[in-house]
Amino acid sequence: MNPTLPLSLILAYVAVLAALGSAGVALATGRLPGAKGLMFLLLGVSGAAAVAAGLMALASIPAGGDLPLGLPWLPWHVRLDALAGFFLIVVGLIVLAVTVYGPGYVRDFEHGQDPLSALGSFTGLFVAGMLLVVLADDAFLFMVAWELMSLSSYFLVVYQHEHAANRRGAFLYLLMAHIGALFILLGYGVLAAFGGSFAFDAMRGATLSPLWASVAFGLAFVGFGMKAGLVPMHAWLPEAHPAAPSHISALMSGVMLKVAVYGFIRFTFDLLGQIQWQWGVAVLIIGSISALMGVLYALMQHDLKRLLAYHSVENIGIIFIGLGLGLIFLATGHPVAGVLGLIAALYHTLNHALFKSLLFLGAGAILHATHERDLERMGGLFRRMPWTGFYFLIGCISISALPPFNGFVSEWLTFQTALQSWQLSGGVLRSLIPVAAAMLALTGALAAACFVKVYGVAFLGQARTRRVRRARPVTFGMRSAQGFLALLCLLAGIFPASLLKWLNAVPDQLLGRGLSTATAHGWLWLTPVAPETASYSAPIVVLALVLLWWVSALLLRRGRVRQVRRCDPWDCGFTDGLPTARMQYTATAFAQPIRRVFGVLFHMDERVEREGGGIRHQLHVGDRAWELFYVPVARRIQALSRRVTRLQGGNVRVYLGWSLGTLLVLLWLIS
Amino acid sequence: MTVNAWLQVLLQSVLFLLGAPLLVAWVRRVKARLQNRRGASWIQPYRDLYKLFGKETLVAHTASGVFRAAPYMVFASTLLACTVVPLITVRLPSAAVADVIVLVGFLALGRFFLALAGMDVGTAFGGMGSSREMLISALAEPAMLLAVFTLAMTAHSTNLASVIDHQLISGLILRPSYLFALMSLVLVAVAETGRIPIDNPTTHLELTMIHEAMILEYSGRHLALMEWAAQLKLMLYGVLIVNVFLPWGIGTQLTLPALATGLLFVIGKLLLLGVILAVAETGLAKMRLFRAPAFLNLALLLALLGLLSHVILEAAA
Repeated sequence: MNPTLPLSLILAYVAVLAALGSAGVALATGRLPGAKGLMFLLLGVSGAAAVAAGLMALASIPAGGDLPLGLPWLPWHVRLDALAGFFLIVVGLIVLAVTVYGPGYVRDFEHGQDPLSALGSFTGLFVAGMLLVVLADDAFLFMVAWELMSLSSYFLVVYQHEHAANRRGAFLYLLMAHIGALFILLGYGVLAAFGGSFAFDAMRGATLSPLWASVAFGLAFVGFGMKAGLVPMHAWLPEAHPAAPSHISALMSGVMLKVAVYGFIRFTFDLLGQIQWQWGVAVLIIGSISALMGVLYALMQHDLKRLLAYHSVENIGIIFIGLGLGLIFLATGHPVAGVLGLIAALYHTLNHALFKSLLFLGAGAILHATHERDLERMGGLFRRMPWTGFYFLIGCISISALPPFNGFVSEWLTFQTALQSWQLSGGVLRSLIPVAAAMLALTGALAAACFVKVYGVAFLGQARTRRVRRARPVTFGMRSAQGFLALLCLLAGIFPASLLKWLNAVPDQLLGRGLSTATAHGWLWLTPVAPETASYSAPIVVLALVLLWWVSALLLRRGRVRQVRRCDPWDCGFTDGLPTARMQYTATAFAQPIRRVFGVLFHMDERVEREGGGIRHQLHVGDRAWELFYVPVARRIQALSRRVTRLQGGNVRVYLGWSLGTLLVLLWLIS
Repeated sequence: MTVNAWLQVLLQSVLFLLGAPLLVAWVRRVKARLQNRRGASWIQPYRDLYKLFGKETLVAHTASGVFRAAPYMVFASTLLACTVVPLITVRLPSAAVADVIVLVGFLALGRFFLALAGMDVGTAFGGMGSSREMLISALAEPAMLLAVFTLAMTAHSTNLASVIDHQLISGLILRPSYLFALMSLVLVAVAETGRIPIDNPTTHLELTMIHEAMILEYSGRHLALMEWAAQLKLMLYGVLIVNVFLPWGIGTQLTLPALATGLLFVIGKLLLLGVILAVAETGLAKMRLFRAPAFLNLALLLALLGLLSHVILEAAA
């Protein structure tokens, strides 16, 4: 090993080793008394070390090294540059939150039939896998770490395997993850063939013909897009993510999807040399469709965790809109706007990790306290669990892209990138980008509608079931993990200029130029291109908002009538008692107008059945991706397989004939 | 200079706060004249607000903290939105703090809390109002963003003051994109401020109300804040339309005569807009809720046409 190892790399190794250590210690839980505590402690160390390593990497030059592992002629290379550092921070922050959250949450499982050791051990492996993917500097280590991440997360999804739905979701996940991995492997194969080696350094130096570059890009886009959950390959995501325990859902939705985004950025912006604008168009279109379809399907869900999983599809779409814009502008020679697109995507990556993990942890807290995932059975939780309710509200505001929280900043940056399209020369591009911006705007507005639904139905109003009425606040650790993420959401929303200063190192190292104009006017002002083009000052906005609130409250409290009297809600003239909880609007009812307006996009099965004296309404909203993409593909594969089975005639002589033929062909090939 | 400029922001907020009820009174009076009624006094909206501020505030047992925080949040975010729209002069320092996308964000923030407050008490009406409001806004917000993007792409800036400046400098050019954007923004404004044919601000009929359904449980000072915020929103959209599309007369310097001229011009333009609104409201009937998406899709389509015609026809140079 390199004797003068830089500190950032040492910390990164510590993070990986601590995660692996946590996986090892987890095997002893249930047998040794302190093992559970040590397991979470090591996981926390891993998260903290990853954050520290990432911060140092953003502030310094890239550091590389070899690991004493791998094949004799192909040692594993590790490299920590700003891009890897940024994603280490994303992984580390969420792992830290999950570590604080975990001990309280897994208490449910300690007395269950599923062993805690499996959960802890696969969590450790999962985190180690994600860290290694980010650190890898050759395709070999990348794919090994990728598989470690995919396989260990499969076991986490299937953890509660007594439910058939979980097994089904997990199998689908495993299948899709491996098809995706195959595409990625082929993509690396193309690069390696031209570069002559599996090391990323050699791939960077390779010169590809435009056609082969496009082939490599297409393979990587499909592979990483499958893992990230882009439409139409997203259908596994809402099946698999909700099936895992909630803190694992937070890791999967918050972080693992980001690792796929990392892979895509590394492959496209770093390894593939010359960017073509057609790639950007493809990414932009797929991203826009993902964002819109994700949020529309999310609106139709009433299972909280499924709903959040669909929102991951939406947010990944928004990230890819930013990346697509970046690719288009970079390829057409507008580096400032291109870097802005990349920065917007990276910012949204961080933001989505923060608020989606926060929301999943909140959903986990509800699940822990009430054993309910169905929105239609919740209600009034804000008064039962005030802290969780407060943090969840921050998450809702953030994900709905409302100022002054963090989701707004990244969408604002994406819009600013789109508004630079006047620089482009082609009419097609110039009219395509505004349409994408329109879809992004529609997505944002629908996301706000969706989170009004979630928060209004789950946390406000009256409890709809007894278990929810008796919900208890969760443990201090679980609350503080949510508080930690909520605080980060707020900070990332209020101080975008300071954050961008750090983020700037990524395009600086990756593309050779940063976005110095964005933060040129101090921490108070965010000016992406130039102050006269657009500016936003989140600190002043927050200050003004707080000041206005405070002044109006102060003035009104001094009014003639100060007291607030509690009374019954207006009951429309019902004389026998108050409006009951059953009279409230449900989640399905809330989304009904939107379901009707966008009806063509859903696979809807709505029927009214009369049985006995009563009437039953049934509604099932299915994902069109199944019938339009999955089922046809599966049918083709089955038909193909059926043809292949003709080889299997049961006759030994025929089999021998095939073997001989294969041997001859192989001999001919290598001769 | 800068102190003066920020004082002017304060002045503008006060003008908005005082002018918003007056604009509502004007629209109501014109409507009354059109219906052969005498109509209420000019100061009736002020009287209503004063009355509500003095009344006892009732909060349902089932309501949580969100219900009590929402009026302040709605009021603060709407007023904040008002401070960034140039009213009497384009030399507005607050326009740099929050550009037009942030303005849309402020309005969305207020609406988010308004809709949550509607669901908080747990009655059927509140949820109904929230659900409808979110449908309308989900369709109206993208149309509004696209309409302002058309302006922003022409002026190469999302700063509202710069957009208006660009308009003033380039003079009166009839651009198709502006026409489309203007039509779209008018439709959006009608929908977002809850006017006929989307919503009727004077109705409490269960089957049709949207905005009123959400604030049905409010009383006293909470209701006063909600009502005031709604009036502010009406004036905000009015000012946005007249000052962005017809900015002539707006003050370009921070001198007293310029400000006075700007004030006179904006009052004249708003009065004219009020007449148009009153005539339209008298002539039109309220739509069914499920006709509203068609109305808003038209707004979205117009905005998109505006943007595309800008991109294809005007920016080719």
